[in-house]
Amino acid sequence: MRNGRPAFRDPRPLLLVNARVIDPSHGSDFHGDVYLADGVIKDAGFGIAAAGVPEGAEVVDCKGAVVAPGLVDMRAFVGEPGAEHRETLASASHAAAAGGVTTIICQPTTDPAVDDPAIVDFILRRARDTAVVRVHPMAAITKGLRGEEMTEIGLLQAAGAVAFTDGYRSVASAQVLRRALTYARDFDALLVHHTEDASMSQGAMNEGAFAARLGLSGNPKAAETIVLERDVRLVAGARGRYHAAALTCAESLAVLERAKEAGLPVTASATINHLSFNELDIGAYRTYFRLAPPLRAEEDRQALIRAISSGLIDVVVSDHLPQDVEGKRLPFSEAEPGAIGLETLLSAALRMVHTDQVDLVNLLAALSTRPAEILGLDAGTLRPGAPADVIVFDPGMPYVLDPSMLKSRCRNTPFDEARLDGRVQRTIVAGATVYEYV
Amino acid sequence: MHAASAFTLSGRDLLGIEGLIASEITGLLDLAEEFVELNRQVEKKRTTLRGRTQINLFFEASTRTQSSFEIAGKRLGADVMNMSVGSSSVKKGETLVDTAITLNAMHPDILVVRHHASGAVALLARKVDCCVVNAGDGAHEHPTQALLDALTIRRNKGRIQGLTVAICGDVLHSRVARSNIILLHTLGAKVRVVAPSTLLPSGIESLGVEVFRTMEAGLDGADIVMMLRLQRERMAGSFIPSVKEYFHYFGLDEAKLRRAAPDALVMHPGPMNRGVEIDSAVADGPRSLIREQVEMGVAVRMAVLDTLARKLPNA
Repeated sequence: MRNGRPAFRDPRPLLLVNARVIDPSHGSDFHGDVYLADGVIKDAGFGIAAAGVPEGAEVVDCKGAVVAPGLVDMRAFVGEPGAEHRETLASASHAAAAGGVTTIICQPTTDPAVDDPAIVDFILRRARDTAVVRVHPMAAITKGLRGEEMTEIGLLQAAGAVAFTDGYRSVASAQVLRRALTYARDFDALLVHHTEDASMSQGAMNEGAFAARLGLSGNPKAAETIVLERDVRLVAGARGRYHAAALTCAESLAVLERAKEAGLPVTASATINHLSFNELDIGAYRTYFRLAPPLRAEEDRQALIRAISSGLIDVVVSDHLPQDVEGKRLPFSEAEPGAIGLETLLSAALRMVHTDQVDLVNLLAALSTRPAEILGLDAGTLRPGAPADVIVFDPGMPYVLDPSMLKSRCRNTPFDEARLDGRVQRTIVAGATVYEYV
Repeated sequence: MHAASAFTLSGRDLLGIEGLIASEITGLLDLAEEFVELNRQVEKKRTTLRGRTQINLFFEASTRTQSSFEIAGKRLGADVMNMSVGSSSVKKGETLVDTAITLNAMHPDILVVRHHASGAVALLARKVDCCVVNAGDGAHEHPTQALLDALTIRRNKGRIQGLTVAICGDVLHSRVARSNIILLHTLGAKVRVVAPSTLLPSGIESLGVEVFRTMEAGLDGADIVMMLRLQRERMAGSFIPSVKEYFHYFGLDEAKLRRAAPDALVMHPGPMNRGVEIDSAVADGPRSLIREQVEMGVAVRMAVLDTLARKLPNA
């Protein structure tokens, strides 16, 4: 259960042949075969099939498609417990499988919040029984996500929490966060922090000329940068491992770069939404583009893409946040923030490859190897002996996203009717095929 | 029936000034001139909207705008129904869209809508089959106010092109300011905004205005001084330190008005906070157009309703 693995019966061995095999954990990219058996990767290399098909193995001709480690999504909301009408572990896992995500790291912002080891245990058991991909919960930094008292970091980690976060809120008190970072260090626990100062984030979108035109109140970029700068100072003292959950602007990248150059244990994510859209996509008050943190300017989006390419930003996340119709069919300033993203994560991220801004191997590292390393999970690699969490995808296959085909319980995708290139053909978890595009 | 009767707007609704072209604005103003004359007669009735149903749906309290739309609709012969938030099912948790769908099923011809959220009127317009007039949405637009202001200016100055208009006060939260900026800019006026920096939206320059932080500089040589209402909840502490300090620096009194052109005129969309943004001596003085603005309001709204009705089915 601790490996977050769903309870499958032992699947048949699989031999994936005629593939473009990409292993971002080695930076390798070659034409070859991958052999999976007993729930693990047995071999990835040249001419495995030519040496003879192992007995009982099913042979899959990938016809040149990419075989890579399954994606590890570090930021996704699943409504179990408390908001099952928006998403369950089962529905989220099917959405994930269709998007090539083999490991979901879920937010603790459930009802009740994940601030007690029993809830971690509940989620892991429910995931084992109902989900088709691996699920690892994050636990709250503070009890009830109130930003006041530290949770049982040690016991929560022992129960299976892979990181600690207060979800979509920053811990406002510097002292509380400082103590949490200091205490977490003794357990080598990772704090994932949302960097948005609440007092400056009461608006509905990015502050600037477009907000002025729409008559919407804006959130300045400083709301993010101030929190990040404070946090970096705290990390410098406390030395606990820190991950900025969703950076959105160029100014934050400068802060992140200085922290990394100083050798601090700081890493960061960007969401696929902030890499794909800017504030102008809000257009005529389209609430599917209401996000927290908000979409920023095009210069910020371009800076984020460069940071993915250079590795300054370590991880790309879906920031999957299902909202039902009642939460979105409202005036913009009253609508709930968030967008679903598990199913479109890879297709949307491949846009950066198709525009020659990010190398495919680097992109897959940010989607699998890096988050696995940061979280200490045995994933994001095709190394023999590693769990057989593998995806097969055609990076060039075009399609138009039809929201009615989505597996999520909600439809709030900003990629509604978008033209995307690159489609997952097969998703394999622990050696078992959990999704196949037909 | 009258000269401008062939005039129409390109859209079904009037959701904002943004998107209107200069000829559409002047077309509405020309038509409104006719209604100004009509409204001064004993017999004020027209039959353009006979048989039509107009619903004034106000999610935010308003006395003058609602009554102005009601009189405008009635003078054109429409059956007018007023629906305001206090007596509606919105208080029972019904959403804006549900309200729109419910009302739509009653086959109104015209919906006049005010809502406290920017974009809410456009959202509602997408869900109904009738034509929709924005009577103010959040801090976004209030198009009929900008039209009535333009009509008032044009009647007093004979033109709008080339005039210098200073819009003063809480620009940040003002839909009146946004609609006026866009309209006056479209018709070739030089538009200034004058406010403390906390009451200016960032990036307001992109709307084509010149920004001033003092009344002395902002009013210098202005032909029109347009004051904005300061909402009570923004008066103390959060955006400005106090009413006293605000009036000292940004309240329009005779002394500050002397900076403007000798024949400058003063406007205010109402309701006024006397002694906060405007001194009574100015508000009631010979250069004030404030009462005329109210009169123009009815005429402009008749012009808008009349024009939109021409595009209704079976018109």
